[in-house]
Amino acid sequence: MVVNIFMEAPSVEEIVVAVKRDFDHKVTVKRTGVRRVYMSCERDTIHSLCKYMHGVLNFEQASSVGGVDWVDHLQVVYHLSNYFNGVMVEITVDIPNDDPHIDSVALIWEGADWHERETYELFGIIFDGHPKLERLLTPQNYEFFPFRKSYKLRGQE
Amino acid sequence: MMWITMGPQHPFSHGLWTLKVKADGEIIVDAEPVIGYLHRGWEKECENRTYPLIIPMADRLCYSASMTWAHVYCKVVEEAIGIELTDRAMYLRVVADEICRIQSHLMWLAAMGTDLGNLTIFLWALREREFFLDLNVKLCGQRLTTNYPRIGGVRNDMPYYFERDCLRVVKRFEKALWEIIGLTDESAIFLSRMRGIGFISRKDAANYGLTGPSMRGCGVDFDIRRDDPYCNYDLLDWEVAVCNDGDAYGRYKVRIEEMFQSCEIIKQAMAKLESIPKTDPTRIKVPRNVPEGTHFARLEDPRGESLMYLVSDGTDKPYRLKVRSPIFVNVSAAKHMVKGVRVADIPAIMGTIDMCLGEADR
Amino acid sequence: MLDGLLNWVSFSNPMDNPFYAYGDVYNLPYDIGYKIWELIGGTLAWLLNLLFPDNGVSSFLVSDAVMNALAIVLMAVVIFAVAFIINLTMIWEERKVLGRMMDRRATRIGPLGYFQNLSDGLKTFLKENIMPAKADKMGYMWALSIVIGSSVLIACMIPLSDRWFIVDYGTGLLIIFALFAIAPFTILVAGWAQNNKYSLIGGMRAAAQLISYEVPMLIVFASVALMAGSFNINEIVHAQAETMWYILPLFLGFVVFMVAAIAEAERIPFDLPEAEAELVEGWQTEYSGMKWGLIMLGDYFRGYVACALGAIMFLGGWMLPGIGAGPVPELVFLLKVFLLFFIFIWVRAAHCRVRTDQILNIGWKILLPLSVINLIIVILIKMTGDMPWDMVIGLIPWDSIRGVIPWQ
Repeated sequence: MVVNIFMEAPSVEEIVVAVKRDFDHKVTVKRTGVRRVYMSCERDTIHSLCKYMHGVLNFEQASSVGGVDWVDHLQVVYHLSNYFNGVMVEITVDIPNDDPHIDSVALIWEGADWHERETYELFGIIFDGHPKLERLLTPQNYEFFPFRKSYKLRGQE
Repeated sequence: MMWITMGPQHPFSHGLWTLKVKADGEIIVDAEPVIGYLHRGWEKECENRTYPLIIPMADRLCYSASMTWAHVYCKVVEEAIGIELTDRAMYLRVVADEICRIQSHLMWLAAMGTDLGNLTIFLWALREREFFLDLNVKLCGQRLTTNYPRIGGVRNDMPYYFERDCLRVVKRFEKALWEIIGLTDESAIFLSRMRGIGFISRKDAANYGLTGPSMRGCGVDFDIRRDDPYCNYDLLDWEVAVCNDGDAYGRYKVRIEEMFQSCEIIKQAMAKLESIPKTDPTRIKVPRNVPEGTHFARLEDPRGESLMYLVSDGTDKPYRLKVRSPIFVNVSAAKHMVKGVRVADIPAIMGTIDMCLGEADR
Repeated sequence: MLDGLLNWVSFSNPMDNPFYAYGDVYNLPYDIGYKIWELIGGTLAWLLNLLFPDNGVSSFLVSDAVMNALAIVLMAVVIFAVAFIINLTMIWEERKVLGRMMDRRATRIGPLGYFQNLSDGLKTFLKENIMPAKADKMGYMWALSIVIGSSVLIACMIPLSDRWFIVDYGTGLLIIFALFAIAPFTILVAGWAQNNKYSLIGGMRAAAQLISYEVPMLIVFASVALMAGSFNINEIVHAQAETMWYILPLFLGFVVFMVAAIAEAERIPFDLPEAEAELVEGWQTEYSGMKWGLIMLGDYFRGYVACALGAIMFLGGWMLPGIGAGPVPELVFLLKVFLLFFIFIWVRAAHCRVRTDQILNIGWKILLPLSVINLIIVILIKMTGDMPWDMVIGLIPWDSIRGVIPWQ
């Protein structure tokens, strides 16, 4: 294992190189843009990747955590931002429909707490290790997940 | 020890939300914000509408930041289509955004005044805000829900004499704001109410996900307009307002300074607009369908970082549109801010967050 | 003109009545009540006498004892009506001045917007009268009655001049002050009785506020009484007419009094018990309809009393320097009251609300030392002579100052 050197403001190339070096094949960098890195990873890597992003590459803030329902599988999308050079990283994680579990990052970034609660109630994705996974926007007694494609609006039928 | 449920209809909340606080006498030992009273499934609604129809809906996300919300939506669709705006459209958006920012901050200042029990601040700030709403009327025909940005540009060019009126209002406002500051910064009671409460360190501010003026008031030197520039903001000469205090007063300071900077930006953008020929189109024709792909765009809202994540499947309707609202995250940090202060400090601290529940609950 | 109209009845002099209670001092409201009853009772007696000649009721209605008793009743009505009109005028003044200071239109109903208060009063009458189910009924209603009652009582006890008073107490200032301090205590009871957390906190704050401003205020009262040599309001006013307005020698005391009076009247910046930003409406949260309307009215009665006490103690009451009482001393007095109330409004327009711990700090660390210094000044004045500047001039070591000045 290479000793990780803390980088305050890593550029796009440095991020790609560092992630390639430390996570090898577990993380795929899909594309890059100006101050943008788009990558995807496996479900069991996400927690260590986020820890790495926070601790080594200095992504101090999780801008948003959201879900997408691709009908055949679910997806969790993380947007992380760096306060020193404005670089944003998008991480997508695919999870199967029948086992919607993923590790929570709420203990790494406290700002991700409510985003994960929201994703849980709207998509039914369960974040393991979340301190308080309860419904936030919808009433507590709801038993369905309204943002899944299987939940039709009146106009969509 | 008792739990006090402040809200959902409470004078300090400025919208429908609840702050449950556990008070030991007047000292607060624990707090829990509860939102969701205004949840209307905005993101799901958008999956049912064509792309141009979502612009007026984006206006409704926040009544006093409608321009920036419509802007961020247009921005993400433009990125997905892959078009570049003309310079004229960009500067028009800059002017509209900064007018929106000033009137939003004035609305915050007014609400802040009533939170601290001073109605004069409220009325004076709203008086100044009227001039900027009048500018909105001249530019877009609407006071609040402006519906001005379009995918590929803006709806219309400046009307006649808009430049003259705009510069007049800005010039007047730069003087009038000092009048309001005389009521706040020069009042010992105001300072004693604002200083030293709701403290957040720089590290915590980043970790809690605070953005915008709330974050810059904690000493984080970051502004999307400068560090991740869009719409030619990097060609204008202005400064990011930062305050290292970290308490309610720091956040107040940042917003006041931002209003002055916005005036500066409007003046420069107006000068740039004059140098661009009027024949330069303000709007580019865009295809009806958006190509398949995922994109996100962010910009600096008056309240913080607003981000939209668009998943398009090649049709004329978005497959998924995710909104990252700044207030949604800022209000989750409320429980850390109010711990250890008195009940009387809650309005002062929550006032500096600048609540807007339309965008938080979506 | 007015004399000609009224002269068709030959009014008798109330001071000739053997039951007249004020000795050889003329009392204007008593006189008005006496004259009103002379009109009404006299007409009634005359009519009865026409129908049933030589009946006993007619002579009873205009007998000395009945005249006196009904004159006292009508006098109470007159005094309350005048206090009520003063109160409405003060609310109107506040709305007008505050509107101008905030750069907005103020009240607009009636001439100069004066009837806005009446329409607001009518509106609160029409509101539903709600009492919370789990409130302590006794405490809820009694506390309210005592708050309003004590406020109205002291407002009526304020003399407008040496001819407009109810009773000329030897200890007038003390009694008014004692009644003034009842309301914050009953606010605590009201806050507890409503079974509402906001009300409870508001009531607690009223108690906390009470102990912080009451002590310096009492010391200022004591220093004024010491200066005048009496607690009697009449004598305090006359003592000022003989020397000077006490605002000049006791300016410190005036400032302390004004701050404490704002706290006493529960106005911004010291309206902590009803801080609407965090406590909805504080201790008044569960009072609705006319109950709330009366509370607001009582608030302004207390504001009036605070301003009236300031005018009596520091601005020479109804006397003007060089002129004396003048033809209408009541108007002079009210003008001074409105002037002081203008300062209240000004402070309200300019300042934010302070915090609970801050008012305790202000009370104990700033106002109390200042009021004690004020008392020391009074004692020094009393010890050295009658005029403060004699003492001040005497204290300055003129000889040594002359030695220091270079050009001498």
